Amino acid sequence: MSVAATQAPGPAPDSLLYLDGVTVSFDGFKALNNLSLVVGKGELRCIIGPNGAGKTTMMDVITGKTRPDSGAVFFGGNTDLTRLDEAQIANLGIGRKFQRPTVFENLTVFENLELAQKNQRGTFKVLFSTLPETQRKGIRATLETIGLADRETARAGALSHGQKQWLEIGMLLIQDQQLLLLDEPVAGMTDHETEATAKLFLSLAGERTLVVVEHDMEFVRSLAARVTVLHEGSVLAEGTIDYVQAHPDVIEVYLGR
Amino acid sequence: MSRIACFILVLVALIGMPRLAAADPLDDLVQKLGADDFDTKIEAVNGLAALPDGRVLHVLNELSSGALYTTSDHHVVVGEESGDGYTTSDPVDGHALGKAASDDLDKIRLNNRLRGAIDSAKGGLLLFSDQRDDRLAAAADALAHPDPSRIAALVKAAVNEKDSGVRAAMERAIAAARLTSGDKAEQLAAITALSGSSDRTVLGLLSDRRAATDLDPTVKQALDQAISSISRRLQLIGIAATIFEGLSLGSILLLAAIGLAITFGVMGVINMAHGEMIMLGAYTTYVTQQVFTAFLPPGWLDAYLVVAVPAGFIVAGGVGILLERSVIRFLYGRPLETLLATWGVSLILQQLVRTIFGSPNKAVANPSWMTGGIQLLGGGTLTWNRIVILIFCFVVLGVLAFVLRRTSFGLHMRAVTQNRDMAAAMGIPTARVDALTFGLGSGIAGMAGVALSQIGNVSPNLGTIYIVDSFLVVVFGGVGSLLGTLAGAMTLGIVNKILEPVVGAVLGKVVVLLCIILFIQKRPRGLFALKGRAVEH
Amino acid sequence: MGATALFDRRGWLWFLGIGLVLVVGVPLLNALPVTSPLHIPNYLVPLFGKYSCYALLALSLDLVWGYAGILSLGHGAFFALGGYAMGMYLMRQIGARGVYANAQLPDFMVFLNWKELPWYWYGFDHFALAAAMVLLVPGLLAFIFGWFAFRSRVTGVYLSIITQALTYALLLVFFRNDTGFGGNNGLTDFKEILGFDIQSAGTRRGLYIASIVALGLGFLLCRAIVSSKLGRVLLALRDAESRVRFLGYSVAYTKLFVFTVSACIAGIAGALYVPQVGIINPSEFSPANSIEIAIWVAVGGRGTLIGAVIGAVAVNLMKTWLTGSLPELWLFALGGLFVVMTLLFPKGVIGMMAQWRARRRPPPAAVVPEPTS
Repeated sequence: MSVAATQAPGPAPDSLLYLDGVTVSFDGFKALNNLSLVVGKGELRCIIGPNGAGKTTMMDVITGKTRPDSGAVFFGGNTDLTRLDEAQIANLGIGRKFQRPTVFENLTVFENLELAQKNQRGTFKVLFSTLPETQRKGIRATLETIGLADRETARAGALSHGQKQWLEIGMLLIQDQQLLLLDEPVAGMTDHETEATAKLFLSLAGERTLVVVEHDMEFVRSLAARVTVLHEGSVLAEGTIDYVQAHPDVIEVYLGR
Repeated sequence: MSRIACFILVLVALIGMPRLAAADPLDDLVQKLGADDFDTKIEAVNGLAALPDGRVLHVLNELSSGALYTTSDHHVVVGEESGDGYTTSDPVDGHALGKAASDDLDKIRLNNRLRGAIDSAKGGLLLFSDQRDDRLAAAADALAHPDPSRIAALVKAAVNEKDSGVRAAMERAIAAARLTSGDKAEQLAAITALSGSSDRTVLGLLSDRRAATDLDPTVKQALDQAISSISRRLQLIGIAATIFEGLSLGSILLLAAIGLAITFGVMGVINMAHGEMIMLGAYTTYVTQQVFTAFLPPGWLDAYLVVAVPAGFIVAGGVGILLERSVIRFLYGRPLETLLATWGVSLILQQLVRTIFGSPNKAVANPSWMTGGIQLLGGGTLTWNRIVILIFCFVVLGVLAFVLRRTSFGLHMRAVTQNRDMAAAMGIPTARVDALTFGLGSGIAGMAGVALSQIGNVSPNLGTIYIVDSFLVVVFGGVGSLLGTLAGAMTLGIVNKILEPVVGAVLGKVVVLLCIILFIQKRPRGLFALKGRAVEH
Repeated sequence: MGATALFDRRGWLWFLGIGLVLVVGVPLLNALPVTSPLHIPNYLVPLFGKYSCYALLALSLDLVWGYAGILSLGHGAFFALGGYAMGMYLMRQIGARGVYANAQLPDFMVFLNWKELPWYWYGFDHFALAAAMVLLVPGLLAFIFGWFAFRSRVTGVYLSIITQALTYALLLVFFRNDTGFGGNNGLTDFKEILGFDIQSAGTRRGLYIASIVALGLGFLLCRAIVSSKLGRVLLALRDAESRVRFLGYSVAYTKLFVFTVSACIAGIAGALYVPQVGIINPSEFSPANSIEIAIWVAVGGRGTLIGAVIGAVAVNLMKTWLTGSLPELWLFALGGLFVVMTLLFPKGVIGMMAQWRARRRPPPAAVVPEPTS
């Protein structure tokens, strides 16, 4: 809320994403309560918070899955996302990785990436589309990046949990989006995989904007990014990991009572 | 000795009675019916009508059916064809007078004027009948055909009338007759009297009178007021009747859908055999009734529903539990497959019943206390069976709400549907709760079948009539909400009944179906929708 | 289309081979003298034609159910609408040869004392217009219905229930005499089609060949759709609809496209069906008919196309045989089929065969995609 107070007149000039007083309630329960948040272009931002703090709902609002009761979400200046549907938002350049890895289990790893690849999305364009060699190469390159080159023809459903996480990240990469929303990306990964993920995210930051929701404090620390703490649907604290971990309100929320 | 004398005297007096009566004005008037000119005949009929005598009606009936003849010696008799001649009898007391040749008898001829006189005379006589319904009908007839000449009889009848309802009807008839005939004061009084009525006939009379050209302005104004007040009242009654019909249809839909609200709404099971559970309940009623007729004294028959309701619950509930254990439990979480499998079960159940009972419809008779109904003002009837079903459906809903909210079974059921794993971890036997919940839903469908057997025939495809409607009610009302099911059923019932007179029954149903289709697309989770993350798959 | 070949070489050989046998073989054997042991009796030709119409109908349902996860319980309505469009053409061809010998009005309208042809019957004397209506009416209905349903994201059972309500509503409309479609009795007593006597063995052979060709073309069209990238989008949205949205595809328009195509295919099946059975009546709209199509697909194995064809033919062979010899058993058998297929063999005949083959040959064979619901 302090953020909203300092930036009240409108989105900062270099901000990519600006949530302005977003409220969402389900049957009287306020999942988001006048939430305001700014994410700058090229920033790597971590969102933490206890269960029910509104992290996933915030992602739902940004991606158009949930319509807020009030408030607005601006993307890249003055596009109000709350007026668009999921597909339109995706085509604006916002990609999302879900909390539970959701890949298309009945398609092969290759086909998953093919569907995600940045391309024409119109129904008839899709019906008559072919797969030129350049795109094929792009898919192969991504397969290398996510370490699934040898599983190209495997059904996605047959992958391990960590591999599905990677495939989903790969789908985000090949989508070539400006803003990546990542909901618990390292859940279920081995330490080695987690480390590799952190490295990947750090390499992406700057060129793209990343918003990472995570419970794993070690992972958050390894990203060395600005951290926003959500609690009961609004911002409780924001700053470096050391700052928020020392913040009395945060300690109260995580450990108190 | 003196006693015997007395006895003989009484006997003689009794036998002599008819002879004494023969001298009374009735006999004279009857003889006058044999006159040649119609004026005399009409006079006689009018005279007869004025006699407070029960036998007059019989004479008039014989006259209007053409059974009265004059003999060659100018006696009026009743003649009945037998062989080549006639057997004759006395028109007043009916004692036989022997045979007569056809040549000896002249039929008393009728013309329209005479017929009119006979009819109004009969109407007047019925006013004094000892049957309440006859008097009421006579008063209604007098109202429909207002005739100043009948005022006297009506007044006399109204004075003697004990029944307030009949008296009111007679007074309306008097007013109707005075509407055209009386002086201005009488007319105004008549209009005031009639303006309190809720009868279309009265409205028609007043409108006819209003159409007359030579009206006094005060009368005109009074007429206008009376007409508008009656029209308004009729409109209100019409709305009330439509609402009742709608509620009645709604109660039937509700009964059919409550069970589904549990199996589909609470458990999420798409049970296409739900209609067949209703059908099983209806056949259970049929069997119960047959058993009562066959094995118990006739006086007990009225009580068969007391047995049929629990029997319907047990039979359908039992089949439901069997279905859950043998088929549905393997398909939890696969709604479309449940739909197909239970559709198969419904085909099997229908064919099974057809094999056992045969395809023709079976009739289930209402117990005597459920026949008939309440007459409404302004026409229309509330039949008892519909009223009983309306009450029954609320009782079922109430009991169900109690079971769900206040019993430990209800608590277990809600626990299992909300979080199966957690419930299991807390030691709730989830499998048994599933089976019993499904049994409960099916059992309620069975009771619905008992109720539905009271308003229509019982046939193997009874269920298919209700299955689409039931699903629409539950979906429209909002899945998982009993209140929603109630609101959904009643709304659909009333909307259906409002549309029926406008576009016809079938198209009305089509319109309702299309509206629901559109509604579901606007609000996919129904009227009383649960909102939030939990409902998203 | 085209990124992936429709069939491999062996597939094409099978497809063309079976097609040739059906298109050329059956009519030739039917044309043999009655005394020949290989002669196919006349009554079997329209029966086979009927089966191929059912197979085409099953194919259309498999396209939406097996690939897009839309279990339509109203596909019988599209079939019947196609059938009615053809029936109206055939009615107009009767001309003055009806019972009332009225060239202006069909018999049932004369019977109902109608004075003139309702406007929606205009032009149905022309085959071209009727043929266009066979595609347009079901296609347009599906498009409008789907436009509302898919855009407001009605899915799963809810969609199934409202499609059922749709066909039920149409059933009520067509049952009425005053809507002008022959009421309860429907349209029948057809005399000729395109100038050919509809009863003659030659016409029946022609209709049969047309049905087989339509089935073959329908199969190729469905095959082309599901093996295109759009087909992969379909499979993807069947399994994880919201994920497809977040990738930027319009789920609603994708569904709308296949649903409309599927309805047109069903309409063609209906149009070919009517002249071969000689009648179309409102019972074709009954919800039971539509749900029966689903069991054909389930028996064969949904999401396989060929399974739908096999299922439709197998179930209807069984129906013809049982309703002929043991009529009271048919509904038990059909009901049992619903239960057994869903409980024990959810992947249908094709799925069972694939499993069986996989067990015999250890290396993993191409696994049939497993529908999630």
